[in-house]
Amino acid sequence: MNLSNHIPILIIAIPLLAAFLVPLIGRINKKATGILTTLALSVSLILTIVLAVKILTVGPQVYVFGATSPSLTLPSGLKFPIRIMLQIDAMGIFMGLITAVVSFVGAVYSLIFMKQHSGLDKYYSLLLLLTVGVFGMEFTGDVFNFFVFLEIASIASVALISFRGIDLGEPAEAGFKYMVVSSISALVVLFAVGIFYGQYDLLNFAALASVIKYSQLDKIALGLLIPVLAMKAGAVPMHMWTPDAYSEAPAPITMMLVAASQASLYALFRVVFSLYNISLNVLTVGWIIIIFGLLSMFIGVTMAIIQKDIKRLMAYHAISQTGYMFLGVGVGLAVLANPVALNQYGITAMEGGIFHIMNHAMYKGLLFLTAGALFFRTGTKNLDKMGGLAHSMKYTTIFFIIGAAAIAGLPPFNGFASKILIYESVYRFNPLLSIIAMVVSILTLASFVKVFHSAFLGPKLPQFKEVKEVPRSMVFAMAVLSCIIIFFGLFPDLIVKNLVHPAVMSLIEQFKYTGTVLGGM
Amino acid sequence: MKEMSRIVKTVTNFVYGFIIIFGFYIIAHGHLTPGGGFQGGAVVGSAFALLLISYGSLNSKKFLKKDILSLFEGFGLILFIVLGFSGLGITFFYNFLANSGGWFGNAAVIGVNPGNMNTGGVIPLMNIAVGLEVLSAFGVIVLTMASAAEFTKKKENS
Repeated sequence: MNLSNHIPILIIAIPLLAAFLVPLIGRINKKATGILTTLALSVSLILTIVLAVKILTVGPQVYVFGATSPSLTLPSGLKFPIRIMLQIDAMGIFMGLITAVVSFVGAVYSLIFMKQHSGLDKYYSLLLLLTVGVFGMEFTGDVFNFFVFLEIASIASVALISFRGIDLGEPAEAGFKYMVVSSISALVVLFAVGIFYGQYDLLNFAALASVIKYSQLDKIALGLLIPVLAMKAGAVPMHMWTPDAYSEAPAPITMMLVAASQASLYALFRVVFSLYNISLNVLTVGWIIIIFGLLSMFIGVTMAIIQKDIKRLMAYHAISQTGYMFLGVGVGLAVLANPVALNQYGITAMEGGIFHIMNHAMYKGLLFLTAGALFFRTGTKNLDKMGGLAHSMKYTTIFFIIGAAAIAGLPPFNGFASKILIYESVYRFNPLLSIIAMVVSILTLASFVKVFHSAFLGPKLPQFKEVKEVPRSMVFAMAVLSCIIIFFGLFPDLIVKNLVHPAVMSLIEQFKYTGTVLGGM
Repeated sequence: MKEMSRIVKTVTNFVYGFIIIFGFYIIAHGHLTPGGGFQGGAVVGSAFALLLISYGSLNSKKFLKKDILSLFEGFGLILFIVLGFSGLGITFFYNFLANSGGWFGNAAVIGVNPGNMNTGGVIPLMNIAVGLEVLSAFGVIVLTMASAAEFTKKKENS
């Protein structure tokens, strides 16, 4: 048995096994649940890195369930794949790396952060299931299974959002809101899958992409898929669930929710680029995505400025940053049919947008964790009640500065690297878009200066005399993310060349994606 | 939740066993007839709901223990994922028992056949695992809903 062929499934199956083991282990020893979760997710992280190296050197990987060989996509001379399969290209593993890092850090952070809560076996079980769902959405090569994994991730996150207590009211409301949003989106995705299946008798992404004709029904399916996936990603006209869900969930879960909404964003890009690609009316769809991005950027940041709840403020910033990804990739899509413009600035814009996904997951995760650390020690999320915490929480202050500088796009940090790619390339497409993006970035900085001032600066408050630095495992979790942020900020060319560029090319070149399943077509 | 009249309880006594047997029949024949683990498990779960409604939540807690049901739930899930892992010599979820001649390993006859139970490889085993999971999960859900109803009633009364 050669385990190296089975890495794609092991990344998903090991957290799944751990998710089922956790409730049983929890009967014997409550503490072991968190350790088991961390172990399973660290194995998954290591396997994801191994797989990433393999994909970036060898090429896209497929894994066929239940076949006689993991790479047997077309058994006995069939023209189309019949089995369920995972199909991971550079873009999929790029998202997978984000999920692996974020879930591992979240589990480490949870070890102490969630210690006082009851029902921890359920918490860790759901955390693992959420990770499984997000991995599955990113790795699957099958539209129906995308729906299945979307449901797994949604149900797990609904329970996790309201984990702080049904009787508290607000977490229950946030969970209910997210439940409504995700059931609607899952049903609509299922309807779109039904449209594809009814027309082509196919469910495989690659096989569908090779036959799709952009008929009237395909247009309906696209019109159904884009809004619901944008809704799950938290783009502006459909963003009402984001502030509630992000602010009410426990901090490590908020970080995972960011990764989960980015998986929906990934699915949107996958549908638009890998499924429809050039058959699409790219200029119109590109502009629709750009407008989603503009609205999200601007409304997100203006709503964030007036917030007093620290996590709610960060949640609105998450909406605003999602806008940058939409903007970058939307510009790339708008010029997809024009090879000259695509080479001049389209690819760069997409690199900016895609790189921003990873950067955003890292610094937004870090910011949510610092907000969680403040809540852990002070017991409040209200900025008006905080103050002078820099005296007692030195590490948290440093991590907050790193995160805030990165989200505002200040030079030595990773947010700058992806934002400059977006500004420069989008300027050549339409200068106005680039100017709006810069204004939004300035407003982001203003808003975080406010947070920094009201939470950390000032004299030591008497009610926070007892406040200490957070425990070591929480500091470790935040330090991991900070190191990644600084590394990406210092060597952006290394990341863009080795990780981001292959991801963008595998989105643009549709045949690369379909070819791995269907052979040399 | 109070217990219901004697008529309801007597009818429950009659049909309870039959519903459970029917549920297990659907689970065990999942690979041959319509239905399967989930559907059979739901049928057994409905028997639990019947018991709870007719005997009231206090009495039925003597027969249905949430703790034991959630233990079975875990076992069902682990059995399923272990069956997936045990195909890993070839691929995940590979049906390594099919056509092997042993348990559930007989080859299915092509065309009209009497519906041999002994076919399907790991699929009947997976149906059993899913059935175990679903029936105990249904039990847990029904019991949780009953205790939540009691809780709200107490809150309203006080």
